[in-house]
Amino acid sequence: MIPIPAINLGSILPALILCAAGLVVLAVGLFVRRGAVTVAALISLVGIVLAFMTNSPLRALNAEAFSGLVAADSFCWFLNILILIAVGLTVLISAKYLADEGMALPEYFVLLLFCAAGMMFMVSGNHILVIFIGLETLSISVYVLAGIHPAIPRSQESALKYLLLGAFSSGLFLYGAALLYGSAGSLALPALAKYFQAGSTSLMAKAGMGLLLIGFGFKVAAVPFHMWTPDVYEGAPTPITAFMSVGVKAAAFAAFVRVFFDSLAALQVNWSQILWVLALVTMILGNLAALVQDNIKRMLAYSSIAHAGYILVGMVAGHTEGTSALLYYLLAYTFTNMGAFGVVALVGRKGEANNMIDDYRGLAKLHPLLAVTMAIFLFSLAGVPPTAGFVGKFTIFSAAVKEGYVGLVIVGVLTSAISVYYYFRVVMKMYMEAPATEPQALHFGPAVVVGLLIAAVGVLYIGIFPITYLDLAAKSVMPLF
Amino acid sequence: MVTLHHYLVVSAALFALGVIGVMIRRNLIVVLMCLELMLNAVNLSFVAFSHYLGSLEGQVFVLFVMVVAAAEVAVGLAIAVAVFRQKGSIDVNDVNLMKW
Amino acid sequence: MIDLVWLIPVFPVIGFLINGLIGRGFPERVIGWIGSLSVGTSFVLAILIFSELLGMDAGSRSREVVVYTWMLSGKLNVPIGFLVDPLSMVMMLVVSGVGFIIHVYSIGYMHGELGFRRFFAYLNLFVFSMLMLVAANNFLLMFVGWEGVGLCSYLLIGYYYEKKSASDAGKKAFVVNRIGDFGFLLGMFLIFTTFGTFSFTEVFAAAPGKLPAGGLLITGITLLLFVGATGKSAQLPLYTWLPDAMEGPTPVSALIHAATMVTAGVYMVSRCSVLYAMAPVSMTVVAVIGGATAFYAATIGITQFDIKRVLAYSTISQLGYMFMACGVGAFASGIFHLMTHAFFKALLFLAAGSVMHALSGELDMRNMGALRKKVPYTHMTYLFGTLAIAGIIPFAGFFSKDEILFYSFERHVGFWILGAVAALMTSFYMFRSVFLTFYGESRVTPEAARHLHESPPIMTVPLMILAFLSLVGGLVGIPIFEGLNRIGDFLKPVFAPAQAIINGAAQQAHAAVSHGAEAHHNVGLELLLMGVSLAVAIAGLLLARRMYITEPSRPDKIIEEWKGVHTLVYNKYWVDELYDFLFVNSIVNFSRFLWKRFDDLVIDGIVNGVAEVTRWFGAGLRRVQSGLVKDYALSILFGVLLVVAYLVLR
Repeated sequence: MIPIPAINLGSILPALILCAAGLVVLAVGLFVRRGAVTVAALISLVGIVLAFMTNSPLRALNAEAFSGLVAADSFCWFLNILILIAVGLTVLISAKYLADEGMALPEYFVLLLFCAAGMMFMVSGNHILVIFIGLETLSISVYVLAGIHPAIPRSQESALKYLLLGAFSSGLFLYGAALLYGSAGSLALPALAKYFQAGSTSLMAKAGMGLLLIGFGFKVAAVPFHMWTPDVYEGAPTPITAFMSVGVKAAAFAAFVRVFFDSLAALQVNWSQILWVLALVTMILGNLAALVQDNIKRMLAYSSIAHAGYILVGMVAGHTEGTSALLYYLLAYTFTNMGAFGVVALVGRKGEANNMIDDYRGLAKLHPLLAVTMAIFLFSLAGVPPTAGFVGKFTIFSAAVKEGYVGLVIVGVLTSAISVYYYFRVVMKMYMEAPATEPQALHFGPAVVVGLLIAAVGVLYIGIFPITYLDLAAKSVMPLF
Repeated sequence: MVTLHHYLVVSAALFALGVIGVMIRRNLIVVLMCLELMLNAVNLSFVAFSHYLGSLEGQVFVLFVMVVAAAEVAVGLAIAVAVFRQKGSIDVNDVNLMKW
Repeated sequence: MIDLVWLIPVFPVIGFLINGLIGRGFPERVIGWIGSLSVGTSFVLAILIFSELLGMDAGSRSREVVVYTWMLSGKLNVPIGFLVDPLSMVMMLVVSGVGFIIHVYSIGYMHGELGFRRFFAYLNLFVFSMLMLVAANNFLLMFVGWEGVGLCSYLLIGYYYEKKSASDAGKKAFVVNRIGDFGFLLGMFLIFTTFGTFSFTEVFAAAPGKLPAGGLLITGITLLLFVGATGKSAQLPLYTWLPDAMEGPTPVSALIHAATMVTAGVYMVSRCSVLYAMAPVSMTVVAVIGGATAFYAATIGITQFDIKRVLAYSTISQLGYMFMACGVGAFASGIFHLMTHAFFKALLFLAAGSVMHALSGELDMRNMGALRKKVPYTHMTYLFGTLAIAGIIPFAGFFSKDEILFYSFERHVGFWILGAVAALMTSFYMFRSVFLTFYGESRVTPEAARHLHESPPIMTVPLMILAFLSLVGGLVGIPIFEGLNRIGDFLKPVFAPAQAIINGAAQQAHAAVSHGAEAHHNVGLELLLMGVSLAVAIAGLLLARRMYITEPSRPDKIIEEWKGVHTLVYNKYWVDELYDFLFVNSIVNFSRFLWKRFDDLVIDGIVNGVAEVTRWFGAGLRRVQSGLVKDYALSILFGVLLVVAYLVLR
């Protein structure tokens, strides 16, 4: 009898449910002719809700499953929730978008669900292999999703650029993994931890670590690995941009944190210095380049880069405070960015024709509630109280100051101040300039409204009552330390 | 005597070739091939390590990498077709709508 | 009931809130009566508290009622508290009583004005501030009221804000007041650093022990406080705003610039009587400035033709009397005169307003005349007011002014001379105004004559009430006879500590038997001086009669003879122009320089410069994104090399 290793499906149940939902949608797409998109969206939502429910048991655990390949702990639990929120909001925003653009593609939702499942694997991986597979699953799904719009040339261009550069960086990541494997003899995170703690790490291992860092750096859009971000965010269909900016970043940061704090902790002195430099240039470049943008999606892309910089500051700060601040920031960022891109998707209208910042002129007169919601998201991105973005920035910067990285925080605060310009420019255009001569009507669907509402309420609620969530984040990072 | 170092050097050389190819070549198909080259170089070093360390993990990894590479290339070619349909060219430098 | 003293300022606030916030659609009557009754209710409550106070034992008539702790920070403890004692009681009664009468008058006077609601709202706000000022139990809260009345004065002077002269006058009043307030604040700060508290009772109790009498610190404190008083009460040199303040509606002139706000300085000095008693130098300064102002303003009043200007200069002059009284140690007399002055000056202003109302807004006395039969009530009440201010027995002004002159004489005959000559001039110019306005030939313009009519009862009844008070108001302060000086006796306990200090100092100065305090005062001297005052007043009346009734051409001849002097006085000694030249222009020019050169070029330059540089960097960074995949890959590679190199070489 071949000894069968323990199979504990319960530990990856949320991801499995999402995969199953994806398959169901795929099948349904084959048979349903009309209204395929609505049905697909509904099934996706059901799957997401089920995944939510099966995710709860993870909160109390701190275990490994599948013979150490997968971790089932509160860290996974927190990030699974983030991913599910991201997918859920994306589904809500997409339904209207797809209908407007004439894309009756249930495959869209299939890919979304598979992407989310990949993210969940990446987040819970306890072995570089699982992380890699999760990474690739989500990447390939996102490459396709980025290019899924048949009528916009930029969509294809963004998909191509993302694929080429993503594969490039995956290659680098793999090479780093190989080097680590060669040094440590195994790619399980605990084994790596043991190797690095033993001291006397070889040059090869250090190089491998560096390459791994670069692979993650690419995914989270750290400078100088960020150059794909503006083009891909600008070209992809807006709901996908939303999903990318939030979900991919969250998953990538999660894996980044897990690998580097769990297994490579021994070399923290080295890689935290690299991250210090990365955080610095990322914050500066992201904010400065966003100042001069005219296209709102591109501006939000650069802003995304800047926020990655802030999150990297959290990584630099390290220890429980820095990482729990990081998790809280990701939560705030999820709601904020999904909401902001949701509004962009709505205002973009058919064929994404209205994506310039000037198209937001006078929005307050035409659609006051929409303008208020957008203002809330922009305020949160800028870090204005009482939104979640403010609390997030504050917590991360406090953690960094506590660890002594005052210079970095000063740069962070200064660049935040600079960022106020380009966020508030939109608010100003919405409220203080007259609308274009013939504004087309906006079509509000129920799903979008619900999605935007959830995002806005989330941003404000988490910002005004942050303590519970900060606590949650703090408890969730415990397994790593 | 062929040692681990030889394999690693070859693997590094192949990887470097792949990297340079991605940066220099203009034909999209060739770029995809260079990406494949990079991934396979990594596969080579995984197998080499696996053999010289006596662990099977590396080889398992290689299997997975191959799957992923295949999927990636499939998607890459699909996107190449889509780009070609739209632009009429597979010159990577022509894919330049979005800049600055 | 005393514990409810905090309600007294609250009623006008309620009136202000109702009229100001909700009253947009209310009819005039409702707005006017809400405003008036809120003050009236305060007055009724004040009466009730007053009677309760009277029921208390004379020596213990002082209660502090603390409502709320406003500021508590380290040593600083400032409560919202009220001090109920005879002094504040008198003030509260005057403010709310006269205020109520004027409010009712205004319902008629302001009829038809577009900003009717605004007027009553501001007026209520003013009464609130004034009541806070007089009832506060600490310097800081009093200062709140002090500033509040300044604000309301500004708002109400500039009531006709579309008229440039009115809005300019409002600004001038506020700015000049502020200069005075600067001194007041410095005085307050010194008090806090010396005594560690702002509370009146604590400061006055601690002062005699803590500071040497006549010392530099106490003199400095009292002089600084007095600077504030000169601003608020329009004494030399900060009086220039009061004549201009006549741009406001006449009820405003009556309430704020005659009866109440301008008396705040007198109240403040009286309240701090202990402090002033300890600083003889300051007392002398106060008396000199008071006397000089009384004289100076009276000279100007003789030459003016605008009826409200005459009354304005008269107010400045009478305030000078009050300060002179305080300066010579007769604080109670000063307050007595404050009360009677409130009655007759308010009456005079309201009656003048009635004249203006009858003549469709005419202000210049040269266009009046022979109105006696046309507006009988107005004439009668104005005459009563004049008799009172001139000081003709038994009208109110006689008793109060006489008391001041007596104590001034006791102090130094120079003060008496200033006061007596000023009294002569006062009588003269007031009767001049009576004769020019109501007697003689009619010089009324034809259009005004067509609409000539007596004012409605809502205006004349308040006039008559005030006229009655001007007649009998002085009877609470009859001198000489024991027990008839009701008000003096009432106020005695408040000023007793100060009086003791003054007597103590006097005893040191004159080792002989004390001759100051009231008990043994020289009855004969007083009767003599009373007679002189009466004679002076009647002389003024006769002189005016000669000038303006029997020989109307006389004034012009005199003006011809004394052309230079007359021009000087008629142009108010060109003081406004002097101030403009010395202070106003240089400050305005400097401000303009700072604006044009410094702010525009330097500060804006720096800020915009920083923004430009940042944007320039952003534009530069933007160019790096070439759009070509190979460049992106190159950048990644570049990063790889850096990172790996760093890691390997470390």
